[in-house]
Amino acid sequence: MSDGDVLAVAEHRRGELRPVSFELLTAGRELADDLGGDLHVAVIGGDVDGFGERLNRAGVEAVHTVEEGEEFNHDVYAAATAALAGSVEPSVLLLPNSVNGLDYAPAVATRLSTPMVSDAVDLTVADGLVVTREMYGSKVETTVEVAADPVTVTVRGGEWPPAEDHGDAEIIPFDVDVDEASMRSTVRGFEEVGAGDVDIGEAEFIVSVGRGIEEEENLELVEELADTLDATVAASRPIVDNGWLPKNRQVGQSGKVVTPTVYLALGISGAVQHVAGMKGADTIIAVNTDPDAPIFDIADYGIVDDLFEVVPELIERFA
Amino acid sequence: MKVLVTVKEVAEVADDFEIEGLTIPEKFLEYDLNEWDDYAVEAAVRIAENRDDDVEVVAVTVGPERSEETIRMALAKGVDRAVRVWDDALAEADLVEPTATARVLAAVAEAETPDLVLSGVQAADDGFGATGVALAEHLDYGWAAVVNDLELDGEEASVRRELEGGVEELTTVSLPAVLTIQTGINDPRYASLRGIRQAQRKDLDVRTLDDLGLDPAVLDGEMTLSGMAKPESESDATLFEGSPEETAAELETVLRDAGVGAE
Ligand SMILES: Cc1cc2nc3c(=O)[nH]c(=O)nc-3n(C[C@H](O)[C@H](O)[C@H](O)COP(=O)(O)OP(=O)(O)OC[C@H]3O[C@@H](n4cnc5c(N)ncnc54)[C@H](O)[C@@H]3O)c2cc1C
Repeated sequence: MSDGDVLAVAEHRRGELRPVSFELLTAGRELADDLGGDLHVAVIGGDVDGFGERLNRAGVEAVHTVEEGEEFNHDVYAAATAALAGSVEPSVLLLPNSVNGLDYAPAVATRLSTPMVSDAVDLTVADGLVVTREMYGSKVETTVEVAADPVTVTVRGGEWPPAEDHGDAEIIPFDVDVDEASMRSTVRGFEEVGAGDVDIGEAEFIVSVGRGIEEEENLELVEELADTLDATVAASRPIVDNGWLPKNRQVGQSGKVVTPTVYLALGISGAVQHVAGMKGADTIIAVNTDPDAPIFDIADYGIVDDLFEVVPELIERFA
Repeated sequence: MKVLVTVKEVAEVADDFEIEGLTIPEKFLEYDLNEWDDYAVEAAVRIAENRDDDVEVVAVTVGPERSEETIRMALAKGVDRAVRVWDDALAEADLVEPTATARVLAAVAEAETPDLVLSGVQAADDGFGATGVALAEHLDYGWAAVVNDLELDGEEASVRRELEGGVEELTTVSLPAVLTIQTGINDPRYASLRGIRQAQRKDLDVRTLDDLGLDPAVLDGEMTLSGMAKPESESDATLFEGSPEETAAELETVLRDAGVGAE
């Protein structure tokens, strides 16, 4: 690898830096240490001066501010990131593995002819960069060695602690020429979805159901359990995608974040996007037939069994 | 109008599986159409059904012969014809980078010149989530990732992109474009028996990299798979064992301690 610099690109939405931005700084600093290089950070669009101040954390050498638009637009981000990479010449480009990260990282990698590794959960350095990532819905962990410089890597949120301490980075404005002809998309606005009668975000006891329930009719069993326990019914995404429950019941990355005292997960595998919404529960209990289901990794209590056997027993005990 | 939909047959691992070296033996794998692609197929077929003008829907996959079974499902659901790309170079690669897969798909797209390309947001097996956007870049098309609502009018697609935390972004993209489709955008149909019969007669065109004018060197990635393991369980979960009566009784205690069921 060359001088081993790392360029991390922050993410913000509607005036706020998103938490993953500060996690990227930690991942980036660790990596730059291993590579013997500097950590550069870029922030594109919005209040870049304010954002630049906040991104000035210990270990950051330079914050590049790109004044270009208010909100994320992938045409701007791809152009600016590629131009910055040309100027900073990093060995590793670190971008968030967020919905917006995935909306421009592959374009940047393609434009720069770099390999792209998404959803990294760990990064180390050997002969080249070694990226740990998961496959098959978190049931298999793989390591991928990348012998290229530069490399584009997207980093999973929540895997690195956020950088906290203030630093003494140089703040450097960076101008990019975003060619009008290359602008093929226009962001028209935002909309909150998923409001409704029940706010699962406020619920103290949650009975949450996943694809393990198999049929819409079987939801009755779960409703009955929730009634008996005086709990609120929530669900993983497929249940909502199927139209079996409204969107305001979806827990996860694109649904709601819940923080109940008890989260009882029935037939939910524990995909990372689901876990993002419920890992803050005080007590997590999982019932799942698959002993290798990732949900057991974050559960406090687990039963490896058929929910259709366990739930009726439980209803009987509380009835 | 022509719509190209990229589909992948993905492997799912069985509840009880083993890893041998850098592979999972076939006996632990089950194959199916990638969940996200199923929604993309449905979106493509609906465009054809809902428009007055002639719409041709073509599916493309990069996959071995076995995957024809899966592609036939897309044909049975209303896709007009399918292209499958495969050869020894692809078979031998232990890890095809998403940007390389995109390069292969781009060669097919260049020949087809679709107005719209629909891909799944990600593949359930390798979970790269990068192929669609990389494809757009190779084609010099516009794009939008993680789309859960789509309307076409004239030269533009109006889409909703599903961001984190229940926020959706409203965006317009000029055509031609690649959209990566999120689950929930529609309700994918089951293939009818009639559809399955008809699918047998539809075109399934098999091409090699050479047919597409691609040098096998496009696959020479700089990425190598070096390790594969079941993740070390960080779990400190207390597992209740026994009959459902027994485990439910244990669970009752935990729940009551946490205040559930208290008057
Ligand atoms: C950009 C993006 C955003 C996403 N956002 C979200 C989100 O907000 N929320 C969300 O939930 N997902 C989200 N997902 C989807 C996520 O990746 C998973 O597909 C989803 O969470 C899986 O739901 P599940 O666990 O119910 O289903 P599966 O993964 O199919 O798991 C079902 C589980 O049920 C078990 N099971 C089957 N039968 C039984 C039985 N009889 N008794 C007990 N157990 C049984 C199985 O062993 C399995 O573990 C998102 C994906 C993407 C790409």
